[in-house]
Amino acid sequence: MEQLDTPHVASELTPWDRVQRARHPQRPHTLDYVFALCEDFVELHGDRRFGDDAAIVGGMASFNGRTVMVLGHQKGSDTRENMRRNFGMPLPEGYRKAQRLMRHAEKFGIPVLCFVDTPGANPNKESEERGQGNAIAEGIQVMTTLRTPIIATVIGEGGSGGALAISVGDRILMQENSIYSVASPEAAASILWRDSARAPDASRALKLTAQDLLELEIIDEIITEPAGGAHLDAQAAINAAGERIAVHLEQVCALDLDTLLHERYAKYRSIGRFEEQQNVLLRV
Amino acid sequence: MKEFFRRTRKSFDSDQSAETVQIPDDLWVKCPSCRELIYRKELNDNLKVCPKCSHHMRMSAREWVGLLDVGSFSETDANLLPTDPLGFVTPDDTYANKLKKSQHRTGMTDAMLTGVGSINRMWIGIGVGDFSFMGASMGSVYGERLARAAEQAAKLNIPLLTINTSGGARQQEGVIALMQMAKVTMALSRLAEAGQPHIAVMIDPCYGGVTASYPSVADVIIAEPGANIGFAGKRLIEQIIRQKLPAGFQTAEFMLKNGMVDMVVSRSDLRDVLDRLLRHYNARSKPPVVQAQAEPELAGYAQGRA
Ligand SMILES: [Zn+2]
Repeated sequence: MEQLDTPHVASELTPWDRVQRARHPQRPHTLDYVFALCEDFVELHGDRRFGDDAAIVGGMASFNGRTVMVLGHQKGSDTRENMRRNFGMPLPEGYRKAQRLMRHAEKFGIPVLCFVDTPGANPNKESEERGQGNAIAEGIQVMTTLRTPIIATVIGEGGSGGALAISVGDRILMQENSIYSVASPEAAASILWRDSARAPDASRALKLTAQDLLELEIIDEIITEPAGGAHLDAQAAINAAGERIAVHLEQVCALDLDTLLHERYAKYRSIGRFEEQQNVLLRV
Repeated sequence: MKEFFRRTRKSFDSDQSAETVQIPDDLWVKCPSCRELIYRKELNDNLKVCPKCSHHMRMSAREWVGLLDVGSFSETDANLLPTDPLGFVTPDDTYANKLKKSQHRTGMTDAMLTGVGSINRMWIGIGVGDFSFMGASMGSVYGERLARAAEQAAKLNIPLLTINTSGGARQQEGVIALMQMAKVTMALSRLAEAGQPHIAVMIDPCYGGVTASYPSVADVIIAEPGANIGFAGKRLIEQIIRQKLPAGFQTAEFMLKNGMVDMVVSRSDLRDVLDRLLRHYNARSKPPVVQAQAEPELAGYAQGRA
């Protein structure tokens, strides 16, 4: 990881370099953004069903003169905090807390800002017993029709369904060195290359960088990071993200809710690459 | 009254149009559960459920069409074909080649078969996954067909039945595949607005991004006995927690006990249960007019951009 501390010319970075930067322990995490960008943060806890998951944090705050609901995966910056926060890998109750806070935001007409930073949903025994699949599915479902603006920003790792469960929104922004992937490069390498050590190859094939995903029209914008990566100048990275989030937030808040929901529908409905052949259905 | 709902015929009638692509099989099949040798015809007549141990064996999507009234099924969106948007290459193979091989082997163009059909003359939209096509992984075509099926069911004002088996999102299509989870869920919101139910049947195996999206938020969730259903794979969980998982973990019965599905229904009873549910939703018994092509409004959302 040492070579990453020396600034690279951006174009020299391989996707695997981006993966390392996205995972860098000194990279700012959700609460760093909340405390630096917002005032009067009031954290809200618990899913009202089972418990409170420290891998997802959320609450009301004031951002850019507006009350917003902030939500995000929370990684730790040291081992102890990472143990407490499950390395940012939520349990079902974490996703259910997020859904509760989103419903809360809808009820009071507050826009939602999501910060995405997870290796994935927690794959353990308890998660399965408490319905991890259902918890993620409900998160996606709530966000598809939530009648308040949602802006999701990937600030580190966007790990598969565990990331998607809090990132369906009106805008998807990614930091320059963040990643968003259908599977972790290690998992994809162990399945498709039959060798998890081939993760660098998998990270190239999966098209998981912000640059790839802008090109594929999945995300709306790349937020520039300070030279060398967000971990080298957290304050600059946070400020750059704050500026861009503010711009997008004003845009989506200016729309009436029906238009917003219509555009959100069209945005997701149009994702997919396929060939549509004509006349195939002519068989009688 | 119970007899009224019972079907006289025991077997499903598989989709006639698919007969030409069926691969000739051996006369005898070994049950993967009890190792018993079963005469193939006897097995097929028993809906591919082992007559000795009741193990529910996998059926192709075309075979599942036999769940519907004979001759009622008409396929939709067969003209959507998968592409290789990322130029995905592994040392063994390319995605483009893998698609070709799977298409040749299964006679399917992708892992999702959609259409309209009826159960006891009650019309429904239907989407069925086919595990033999790349593990029924969800890519663009899977997502688009299912999204259109949901929108069409909303438009026709009929319920939607999905039969789900999958290894998850199709890694070879990257985040495009992941986003199909959101896309299908979006489209299903139209069905909800139309006041029509989504009934999901989860069959063996159902994992990853499919378990973590539309079937797990269906209005009614039915699982087949013994089906493995979960989010993370068992081997991954065992690696992480460094212990063996208990017997019966992630089975349909486990899902029922934990409150994640409404019921576990054996294949031979499925039509009866669906019949009763559809009657409750007061589904229309008048055949809808099925459009051969997507309407312009729908086509506007989905240009394919291949
Ligand atoms: Zn058997």
